[in-house]
Amino acid sequence: MWSWVAHRITGFAIFFFLLVHVLDTSLVRVSPEAYNDVIGTYKNPIMGLGEAGLVLAIVFHAFNGLRIILVDFWWQGTRYQRVMLWVVMGLVVVTMAGFLPRHLMHVFGGE
Amino acid sequence: MTTIADPKAPRPSRPGPTRRTTHGNTELYWWVFMRVSGVVLVALIFGHLFVNLVAGEGINAIDFGFVAGKWASPFWQIWDLLMLWLAMLHGTNGVRTIIGDYAEKDSTRLVLTSALYLASVIVIVLGTLVIFTFDPCPPNSPADLLPSFCTA
Repeated sequence: MWSWVAHRITGFAIFFFLLVHVLDTSLVRVSPEAYNDVIGTYKNPIMGLGEAGLVLAIVFHAFNGLRIILVDFWWQGTRYQRVMLWVVMGLVVVTMAGFLPRHLMHVFGGE
Repeated sequence: MTTIADPKAPRPSRPGPTRRTTHGNTELYWWVFMRVSGVVLVALIFGHLFVNLVAGEGINAIDFGFVAGKWASPFWQIWDLLMLWLAMLHGTNGVRTIIGDYAEKDSTRLVLTSALYLASVIVIVLGTLVIFTFDPCPPNSPADLLPSFCTA
């Protein structure tokens, strides 16, 4: 139930980021200056934290989506759906543990 | 005294959606599409995030020259095109489902889905045009903003 709610909320949020992201990338067609100006705003610390949240949403939606597929198509899927939710959570934690330090270092200038 | 209806008596058919009001197997095809595109998108987006945010200097490396360098290769053009189309269709269908679940009034649903479809078509068409009409070396631009192969 909660994974279903979280799947909707993350999917909805990712979709609206996607609309904005295609528009900002489209600025490469306007001029290099316009694109660099706007993409520069993605590099400030507040946006950096927003990106961390975005990646968290994407990673959860991705792994939970694969879990949904297994529940739908794997003959043992419904039996292990609860275990698989914990596996999803574990994979999210591991993925974020790999991503976060590196991204925050880039954003906050650790190197 | 009231009498209960004869359980074997013919009844009018149940109201509500019938086969006639649906559109063939469209919903089934969308259900399958969500799962197939989902698997492909996991690979495409994880790759996208790794190359753009993790590898090298991460987000700090992203500028016009970075994008131009990627789209100089048909590999990344196709990658991004596929990602654009699949993600937009996957997301549009997902949001359509959400609208259908929560917007109960027909008129509200019509307005919201129309706005959704309009936004999706604009973004898909715009994104596709940008990928294929992109000029990595636009004239009269400062050379230091352009990829190195422009001056070579």
